[in-house]
Amino acid sequence: MAEYLLEMDNICKSYYGTKVLTDVKLALKPGEIHAIIGENGAGKSTLMNILFGMPVIHSTGGCEGEIFIDGQPVEIKSPLQAMDLGIGMVHQEFMLLPNYTVTENIKLNRETRKENLVSRLFGKNLETLDYKSMNADARKALDSLDIGIEEYTRVAGLPVGYMQFTEIAREIDKSNTRMMVFDEPTAVLTESEASNLLDAMRKIAERGIAILFITHRLDEVMEVADYITVLRDGRLVGTMRKEDATIYGLAELMVGRKVEKLFNRKSRVNFEDVAVRIKNLTVNMPGERVRGLTLDVYRGEIFGIGGLAGQGKIGVANGVMGLYPSQGSVVINNDDLTLNDPRESMKRGMAFLSEDRRGVGLLLDSSVELNIVITTMQNKGLFMKKLGPLTQIDGSKVREHSQKLIKDLDIRCTGPTQPVKRLSGGNQQKVCIARALTLKPDILFVSEPTRGIDIGAKQRVLETLLRLNEEMGMTIIITSSELAELRSICDRIAIVSGGKVAGILQPDASDVDFGLLMAGQIDRKGA
Amino acid sequence: MQNIFKDFVRNFGIPRLIILGFFLLLCVMAVFLGLDFAELMSSSLVRIGMNGILVLAILPSIVCGTGPNFGLSLGILCGLLGGLIAMELTLNGFTNFFAAIAFSIPLSVLVGYGYGLLLNKVKGSEMMFAIFVGWSVVSVMKIGWLVLPFNSPEMAWPIGRGVRVTIALLNREVSQLLNNLWAFNVGGVIIPTGLLLFFVICCFILWLFMRSKTGMAMYAAGDNPRFARAAGINVDRQRIIGTIVSTFIGAVGILVYAQSFGFYQLYDGPMMMPFIAIAAILIGGASIRKASITNVIVGTFLFFGILVVAMPVANAFAADIASMAEITRQIIQNGIILYALMQAGKGDAA
Repeated sequence: MAEYLLEMDNICKSYYGTKVLTDVKLALKPGEIHAIIGENGAGKSTLMNILFGMPVIHSTGGCEGEIFIDGQPVEIKSPLQAMDLGIGMVHQEFMLLPNYTVTENIKLNRETRKENLVSRLFGKNLETLDYKSMNADARKALDSLDIGIEEYTRVAGLPVGYMQFTEIAREIDKSNTRMMVFDEPTAVLTESEASNLLDAMRKIAERGIAILFITHRLDEVMEVADYITVLRDGRLVGTMRKEDATIYGLAELMVGRKVEKLFNRKSRVNFEDVAVRIKNLTVNMPGERVRGLTLDVYRGEIFGIGGLAGQGKIGVANGVMGLYPSQGSVVINNDDLTLNDPRESMKRGMAFLSEDRRGVGLLLDSSVELNIVITTMQNKGLFMKKLGPLTQIDGSKVREHSQKLIKDLDIRCTGPTQPVKRLSGGNQQKVCIARALTLKPDILFVSEPTRGIDIGAKQRVLETLLRLNEEMGMTIIITSSELAELRSICDRIAIVSGGKVAGILQPDASDVDFGLLMAGQIDRKGA
Repeated sequence: MQNIFKDFVRNFGIPRLIILGFFLLLCVMAVFLGLDFAELMSSSLVRIGMNGILVLAILPSIVCGTGPNFGLSLGILCGLLGGLIAMELTLNGFTNFFAAIAFSIPLSVLVGYGYGLLLNKVKGSEMMFAIFVGWSVVSVMKIGWLVLPFNSPEMAWPIGRGVRVTIALLNREVSQLLNNLWAFNVGGVIIPTGLLLFFVICCFILWLFMRSKTGMAMYAAGDNPRFARAAGINVDRQRIIGTIVSTFIGAVGILVYAQSFGFYQLYDGPMMMPFIAIAAILIGGASIRKASITNVIVGTFLFFGILVVAMPVANAFAADIASMAEITRQIIQNGIILYALMQAGKGDAA
């Protein structure tokens, strides 16, 4: 018997020429809890997809490297094969049938069956289910997790925590399960449910089942893990025993990258004059809920909002601009803003570059010039002329204005009439900027300005934002998943975690501070 | 040279090329069979003029995002009601025609508004919903025609209550009113100037409307509702406006159709009319999400051109199959709707 249950060696994977995993190694002993931590996009999920033989890996050209189970090289081609090898997975999205009972979900497709008259005649598929023994099995699995759910209740309507446990019980009940993957299992749980789960993980490990625990919550890692592997940008940056790790050390490893001060910026922030005062804002944006966030942004500031995906940073700008149902108080230039009304938000001098450029930001089939002017046309009635009782679009004014912006922002297109869907990502973003500028805002919200844009164009988009701030004194609020980008141009950066501001930091604050705030470790206000 | 050809094919679309080829083939065959070509041209022009506005009525509904208006029967019923009111008042000639349009305005605004509210409740499955709204309302109006208080002897059944199935317009001097206006003859082809002019004017007015602030908002709401909302446009309101405009143009469309045809057709008459109009605009290159005035004109020309020419040609070939022309029409009409529905999902991928 080999020492390691699972070994993954020199795993490399690229998607369409972009390397997402480079030389990643992993070794797992029976009964060990091995935590894998990293930011969004660090490669955790890709690694697990490879281990589980997900089709997405094979449809994009497979991966390099070797996987050994019990010292034997294996090639995992499908999730079914992974299950046969004894790998169980607890999914982030629950893979449960809501109208079946807990037992039925646990036993689905592995039911205990009894012969009956009909099945004797017509074959095994018509055998009766032996509910008694199935219930007993389910009870045993649930008891081993110390969970008091009745095995005969329907899954629909159970609290999410219990659903998670049902999934875990299903994996435990499979007699061949030797290794389980928990993919951010505590993300949807309350605190007490999460601590139950951690206890359950320990119990499972005691039975000799190895656990791979994927998370970005450092306290949980420190609580249960035996070994810790840190990934960053698809590379292995550290593997250590729990005893050798500290929360600070892990946070630094997770975030740490050399921050280049890309721009030399003279800050012109007036710290007396609050441009945007957000108090107790709640935004009901699915996947990015904001839960009672409070924030002040000063006039002339470039303010960054960072944090991990799903923590609510994206919801802030969408809420203030009225695109998702919000509650709370937002004060713009010392006057209350009526929420949930995009028109009102624009009237008050705000403009927004959406994170969903192609979905919300552009009319893809329409021309560059129409995309630039339409928002202003609808909200301020500009670019129109009168024709009797009808208003008519003023073609020459539109052309003149868009040509000027195309030149100013250096939008690469064949002309103002080219459909925007033919432009590159960077140029599409500039069209969005041009549209926002046409509104002549004094506060500009920008979400994920460089997502899906190549590196050279990224730089130019950021330069443009910087120029708007310096030349026109525009207050800019940037939301971005790329911390390095925020640190390169912002005056201050708020890290949002759990729908609230976890803390506000100076861009030159240490990696440790950023890492801890992002991992939701501490509640403290910096600078 | 080859590139120019390829671009042309891509812009014009392969289905349109096939249909155009079929149309030309029919024309060649018509000449070959010794049919009266001038006569065919004349009746093609009349068919184009009389149906064009009904096809135009589909445009606003596609542009505002509710998809091709399978419930156009509602607009048609509004137009017919307006026409009957004008008849009841014993108006004559142009007074009758324009009064009918005027009466149908409040009706179509009311009906279009209510119908628009309903469409906003079924976002995503408007087409299926619209088909059944159209059919139900046509059926309900069968009772309506029986109980509405129209008493003019021109319309009422000689015995019992209600209005007749077809009502002649000849006595009110409405029949062929636009067709004959400034009509002239070029080498045997009669050009129905008034009729075509009316169609062109309607197209022009709608074109102006589409370039107005409301028109642009409607376009944005239909093209990308999430964008429109972010741009401060009330998407639901724009969809209702589009539905009202479509309903009203449908009302005008049936009145123009009826004056050329010479009769109002009630009861089952409006049942399948939306399908013909939708097939025409789709043949013209519209999809269920995008359409333009050009699509309307090209589509009307091709679809009704084919119908007129196909009938005598088909009869010459298969005289014993009496309804050959009707069968051809059904195949083309439903085939093109099917094709457009199959293309529906692909639009976003570009």
